[in-house]
Amino acid sequence: MERDGWGRDVSRRDFMKVFVTASAMLGLPFGMANRLAEAAMDDGRPAVIWLHFQECTGCSESLLRASHPTVATLLLETISLDYHETLMAGAGHQAEAALHESMKKNHGRYLLVVEGAIPTRQAGIYCKVAGKTALESLQEAAAGAQAIISIGSCSSFGGIQAAAPNPTGAVGVGDIIKDKPVVNLPGCPPNPYNLLSTILYFMTFNKLPDLDAMGRPKFAYGRRLHEHCERRPHFDAGRFAQAFGDDGHSQGYCLYKLGCKGPATYANCSVNRFNDIGVWPVSVGHPCIGCTEPELLFNTAIADKVQIHEPTPFDSYAPVDLKEKGKGADPLTTGIVGLAAGSAFGAGAVVARRLPSGDDGEEQGHGPTN
Amino acid sequence: MAQPTRRGFLVGLAAGSVALLNSEALASAIGEVEGGQNELGMLYDASKCVGCKACMAGCKRVNGDYGSLSYERAPFDQDGLWDAPADLSGSTRTLIKLFKQSDSEWSYVKYSCMHCRKPSCVSVCPVSAMTRDPRTGIVDYSKDTCIGCRYCQVACAFNIPRFQWDSATPQIVKCDLCLHTNLAKKGITACAEVCPTGAILFGKRADLLATARARLAEQPGLYLNHIYGENEVGGTNHLYLAAMPFDRLGLPQLPGNPPAEFSEKIQHTIYKGFVAPVALYGTLCWLALRNLKKHPDGSHAGDEKGDGHES
Amino acid sequence: MSHDDFQRHEASIFTPAFFVLLLLTLIGFFLVALRFIKGIGAVSNMSDGYPWGIWITYDVATGTAIACGGYAMAILVYIRNQMHYHPMIRSAILTSLFGYGLAGFSVMVDVGRPWNAYNFFIPSKWQINSAMFEVALCVMAYTTVLLIEFLPALLTRLEEADRKSVHRLVEWLHCKTGVAPNRLMTRLEWVQAMASWLRPRLDKVLIFIIVLGITLPTMHQSSLGSLLLIASTKLHPLWHTGFLPLLFLINCVYIGYSICILESVLSSYGFKRPYETKELAGLATIIPWVTVIWLTVVFGDLAWRGQLGKIFAFDFYAGFFLLEIALVGGGSLILFSAKNRRSVRWLFVSAALIVLGGALYRFNVYLIGFNPGEGWRYFPSLAEFMITIGIIAFEILCYKVLVKILPVLPRLHGRDHQAQADRTPCPLAEHA
Repeated sequence: MERDGWGRDVSRRDFMKVFVTASAMLGLPFGMANRLAEAAMDDGRPAVIWLHFQECTGCSESLLRASHPTVATLLLETISLDYHETLMAGAGHQAEAALHESMKKNHGRYLLVVEGAIPTRQAGIYCKVAGKTALESLQEAAAGAQAIISIGSCSSFGGIQAAAPNPTGAVGVGDIIKDKPVVNLPGCPPNPYNLLSTILYFMTFNKLPDLDAMGRPKFAYGRRLHEHCERRPHFDAGRFAQAFGDDGHSQGYCLYKLGCKGPATYANCSVNRFNDIGVWPVSVGHPCIGCTEPELLFNTAIADKVQIHEPTPFDSYAPVDLKEKGKGADPLTTGIVGLAAGSAFGAGAVVARRLPSGDDGEEQGHGPTN
Repeated sequence: MAQPTRRGFLVGLAAGSVALLNSEALASAIGEVEGGQNELGMLYDASKCVGCKACMAGCKRVNGDYGSLSYERAPFDQDGLWDAPADLSGSTRTLIKLFKQSDSEWSYVKYSCMHCRKPSCVSVCPVSAMTRDPRTGIVDYSKDTCIGCRYCQVACAFNIPRFQWDSATPQIVKCDLCLHTNLAKKGITACAEVCPTGAILFGKRADLLATARARLAEQPGLYLNHIYGENEVGGTNHLYLAAMPFDRLGLPQLPGNPPAEFSEKIQHTIYKGFVAPVALYGTLCWLALRNLKKHPDGSHAGDEKGDGHES
Repeated sequence: MSHDDFQRHEASIFTPAFFVLLLLTLIGFFLVALRFIKGIGAVSNMSDGYPWGIWITYDVATGTAIACGGYAMAILVYIRNQMHYHPMIRSAILTSLFGYGLAGFSVMVDVGRPWNAYNFFIPSKWQINSAMFEVALCVMAYTTVLLIEFLPALLTRLEEADRKSVHRLVEWLHCKTGVAPNRLMTRLEWVQAMASWLRPRLDKVLIFIIVLGITLPTMHQSSLGSLLLIASTKLHPLWHTGFLPLLFLINCVYIGYSICILESVLSSYGFKRPYETKELAGLATIIPWVTVIWLTVVFGDLAWRGQLGKIFAFDFYAGFFLLEIALVGGGSLILFSAKNRRSVRWLFVSAALIVLGGALYRFNVYLIGFNPGEGWRYFPSLAEFMITIGIIAFEILCYKVLVKILPVLPRLHGRDHQAQADRTPCPLAEHA
């Protein structure tokens, strides 16, 4: 029997379920679940510092909705969350002191999680916590971090703050910190299990999972939603909802025409879904807004149709016997050619008639003189 | 000095053969003798095909840039959502079509280059833009050599090579077994790689023929008892099994003789060693010089009789 | 070789016919530009089933046969030793030059990737199994030979230019280029000196060039037939045979002679010169024997292959086959009568029938009898026609201009035709 975060007995089975799920999500072989569990149970719980900047706290809220593990298990048994403005008990100077103490004690070993964008204009005065700008706090915290996780689109790419005209000069963590490994977990909000899996992976292997060109872990952001959407057959067959609430919409047809950004969005929402009840925006009838893509989220209208870059075949078949192949005669050409050929023959006949028909050589003279 | 052992002799012989096999001429000769056992090809089994068209999508994804392929819009498709070619074309190297006689009588069919063992296109290309690798049997196309004369299109009995009629820099387009793309990177063609049902098998001709024969033996009621491509026009490395007569599926009924053999025999007879043209030139020169001697100053217009006789 | 046999045609260059031809040429060239900008599909109806349309079928396959007047005449003059045809040879060569030069131009328009044409000169790329390889190299060589054969006409003109026209040229060049008249004079005199130096030397070796000009067309005209040997599954059995090379060769010979007749009659008609009835009667005697040989091979081969029955199917293919035989046969029948051979009118009619029939044969082999499979169809587009017509118009235009600048046409003895201007437009411009 194990004990969960509230001191209750938890069966070994339920405990292992967490790690089996996590290892499956990470695409790791089945036996890895044991390694992940061992790492999580290690008494030397890794220190995690969580900073908030320009954000709505949605990412933290999303984390709170996780159930395997619950946030409680996570905080009390898995990691040592030394600083989190929303969840920590302390406040004010006491909280700041805890932050600095943790940074000092765990220098070079703690995991830094950043939620929210960092304003850079006018030396970053647009966001200040405890008298320090977000920029300064980030740079100070990053200096001693082993790795940085940017949770949410805001800290990954700038988010809503960075939408035009971006008055505060908001940018993501990766635009400021260049000398530490940075993982981006975009989403608005991101799936909490992406974060949990990344943390567990990091604790197990002491390195970050494979990242794509935008610094997003491939296990979660490696495939477009369009390639794994339950409504894809409707797309392939040309069955679209044309307006919210219309017939097609009620039948669950493809939401492309309503602006679904699935064809251009790399994420795993269609697979992992949210809130443990297996829903994601498309499944409940709202087009994907592309919240993991910096070019799409807050840069395009939700109703804007996205371009398909690699179209795939339509759900029908060309017949073997294509009745008409190539181009045949058209009336105009046939008419003109007929006319020309006719005149040529006519002219030839006229010439032939004018030619001398006698059989006496030179005396026939020359061509017509009229 | 060690006595040469029988073992050593055989090993040396094997090693020597391998080294020799890297010589194309010998490989080609051996290929001819063996009937192309080790040549690469594909077996398409229409009875296993479910018409998912992953092969079409995979082919364009993998070969799009290399082959300058593009996506073909259906007339009803305003947003460019789908790739809907109606036929092989300058944008499409492979295609799945449906032949449907009735609800119970239907079949899918996949078209792509047949990779003939004696290709007409290779035989007719004046600048060797179409070439056949004697070891792998793959018929490849080089756009940097091609002059765009389209003789290969005239020659191909299967009407496979297609031309990019709407381009200012048109190429000929046809399947090349992913020679420069998937085959080079992963050792298999893109279509065979993605096919979910194994309707497309990639491998050596001998193995594919063996598989095909085994299937025909195991389930004779399912198939038409014929492996299309085994002997047509001298044999092709793209083989077909189907439940319907092949000509209903758009695969023409063809004789066993490769057309290229017929035309090459005549060309060679006439021009062998360039003997005939040189002999002709020599004879004509002799005749002309002899005639010139009879007219040292050339002719006059009034001279009607000349030395030649009237005909 | 006597250069006294030829003279310039003294007439104005700018006739109404000239302008009509110029207009057609400009339309054609505009469409050619369009083809290079927007692709071949934008101006033609060729498709993957019919990758060769009228540009290959007419401009290359048929046009060169029609241009074989030069080839056919050369055989007569230099091999058969019938020197009395010599006066006709220059205009025949000029016609051939245009025919082949413009076939080459047509090929550059038709071919999709002309910038890779240099591969013809790289030995490692040579594919000697290909009939087209042989045709290409042979045609390029033959065009060069024709140019060399035509040089004597050009050189004579340069040599014999009188002081008055040289002065006029110097003044014109001075206006255009601003170079001092003295320097221009010196340059032109140098050119004249070179011409005088070159001509006798060229004359000595010309016979070898001329014989080459007989060998080469023998090779490539037959190869034009060989091109379709590969299409055993697409060309109708009425036409597909191993004898295609031989049939094309004989076909080009009788078309060549017939064209000479046509061209001579039309030239005389259009330029108001006397008809060369005696020479033409001689040609007309040869032609029917050549066509008889051709017809024998056609029917003998059909019988041997067991395909005679196809004629009686009376379908689309049989119809065109019968038409081709009727035209060639009918025209030849006319020429078996000696009376007809002396009549300019019947010479014209029979030559026209034979040329049409011979051309139809080539069309049948390349296009009409070619069936790539179910559903494919082809008919040339208007733009395709206009490009071909533009090229032909250009060819006729250049012929008309050149015969007025250079001594090409046979010299007329004892008659004064120099002063007559070409006022009446020729309704059917001489077709090369």
